[in-house]
Amino acid sequence: MTAITQIRRNDQPIYLDYQATTPMDPRVLEAMMPYFTHKFGNSGSRSHAYGWEAEEGTEKARAQVAKLIGADEKEVIFTSGATESNNLAIRGVAEFYKDRKNHIITTVTEHKCVLDTCRHLEQQGFEVTYLPVRQDGLLDLDVLRAAITDKTVLVSVMAVNNEIGVIQPLAEIGRICRERKVFFHTDAAQAAGKIPLDVEALNIDLMSISGHKIYGPKGIGALYVRRKPRVRLVPMIVGGGQERGFRSGTLPTPLCVGLGEAAEICMKEMDDEAKRLKKLQERMLNGLRAKLTDIVVNGDLEHRIPGNLNISFAYVEGESLMMGIKNLAVSSGSACTSASLEPSYVLRALGVEEEMAHTSLRIGLGRFTTEHEVDTAVDELVRHVNKLREMSPLWEMAQEGIDIKSIEWAAH
Amino acid sequence: MAYSEKLIDHYENPRNIGSFDKTAEDVGTGLVGAPACGDVMKLQIKVGADGLIEDAKFKTFGCGSAIASSSLVTEWVKGKTIDEAETIKNTDIARHLALPPVKIHCSVLAEDAIKAAIADYRSKATKKAE
Repeated sequence: MTAITQIRRNDQPIYLDYQATTPMDPRVLEAMMPYFTHKFGNSGSRSHAYGWEAEEGTEKARAQVAKLIGADEKEVIFTSGATESNNLAIRGVAEFYKDRKNHIITTVTEHKCVLDTCRHLEQQGFEVTYLPVRQDGLLDLDVLRAAITDKTVLVSVMAVNNEIGVIQPLAEIGRICRERKVFFHTDAAQAAGKIPLDVEALNIDLMSISGHKIYGPKGIGALYVRRKPRVRLVPMIVGGGQERGFRSGTLPTPLCVGLGEAAEICMKEMDDEAKRLKKLQERMLNGLRAKLTDIVVNGDLEHRIPGNLNISFAYVEGESLMMGIKNLAVSSGSACTSASLEPSYVLRALGVEEEMAHTSLRIGLGRFTTEHEVDTAVDELVRHVNKLREMSPLWEMAQEGIDIKSIEWAAH
Repeated sequence: MAYSEKLIDHYENPRNIGSFDKTAEDVGTGLVGAPACGDVMKLQIKVGADGLIEDAKFKTFGCGSAIASSSLVTEWVKGKTIDEAETIKNTDIARHLALPPVKIHCSVLAEDAIKAAIADYRSKATKKAE
């Protein structure tokens, strides 16, 4: 693996939020640069060298993305990101097939852009089933089987969850969908480039990919759309008919090239990086467990990408913990960090109790995370969790052996 | 979220953390909030023979604003009579710490905590008088 020691200025906190976004790999930037300046042509211009040169860039990128997921390059279309890809996949399929089928199945732990797309379709008269997940965050296949009807057109299940990092059983879901002749869409924003994905082996019909989650640029993503058997979509954005008519608009050549390069690097380095991240994940978790009691990992630890940990630190509220660990950039499932004042719906769907959801942190490790950063993070977390527990009435009660659930709290 | 310097100071250097013996006659304890809502405050006052609050302690599970609000009120109640302490308003707390609108409930909780501690102290005093 190419050693890159990056890029963090000393005055910046340690970045441990790789599920939110990733820094762009310098190799990606390098590949993009010429397309901002002298290779500026419109990849749709067929009549001169500027266009051909740009097209060369976008088509190489398309092939790089296709290769990452075992697809044919004709099956990859560029979008502005995974949100658009998810919108296009779900709405596009729903609208195209609506005369025959009007039922969509998804899960309650999907990303908001999938859930919100489904809500919009419900308002337009489609039926949507939101499947629960088990306590480990994984979909129960029997529940899926039972939910499929003759009217089901699409099953949309994310490959890897953005909050808890768990990997859904894609192969089994794909097999069930193929048997029942239902399209299978997966939001692979958090999965592509991190775990091996093969659309043939997994029977995936549509797959959403994001650039900035895989060390590529923001503002670009891709949607894989299967050709055999053919998946048809009603486009969301119409115009010049680019991208097989599924997504009009001039391609942002530098961004496409960046996504392609990012995909290729991920593919080459996936095995080594996964091993390295697994060690860092274990180092983090073992470090915390050695020095703190009453911490709980949310979501299955085994079926999980190595770059994610989601941990509840009992008796310590998440936002106050984040205020303490100023030197660490992480995110929290606590209500207090959200505008809605509701704790994470993903953790709630796992059956994590509200008081534990309030105490959760999502820690994301990635390509540029070092052992030293992990050790520093463990020290800071331990110090602040202990400090906050010292001032937590719930911790005090727990130490005195009082069952917090036995108290009648006045909800406010 | 951008917090005021005063709030951050109270979060980073909280005043009067700790606990008194809640069974003591000169101690009033207020426990308000709920773990499921993400904030619980325990506020205790110790009332002297002269009727003045001579000491106060708190423990809080909650966001930075909740910690700061409870830390602040422990400072404010000290040296006051319980009647005076009872007049502390959540709006004063919110203004002093420049709480953002979504955090106003933290100041409400702090006011509730004082009131609950005072009520507890009074009920003990009444029992004693009987």
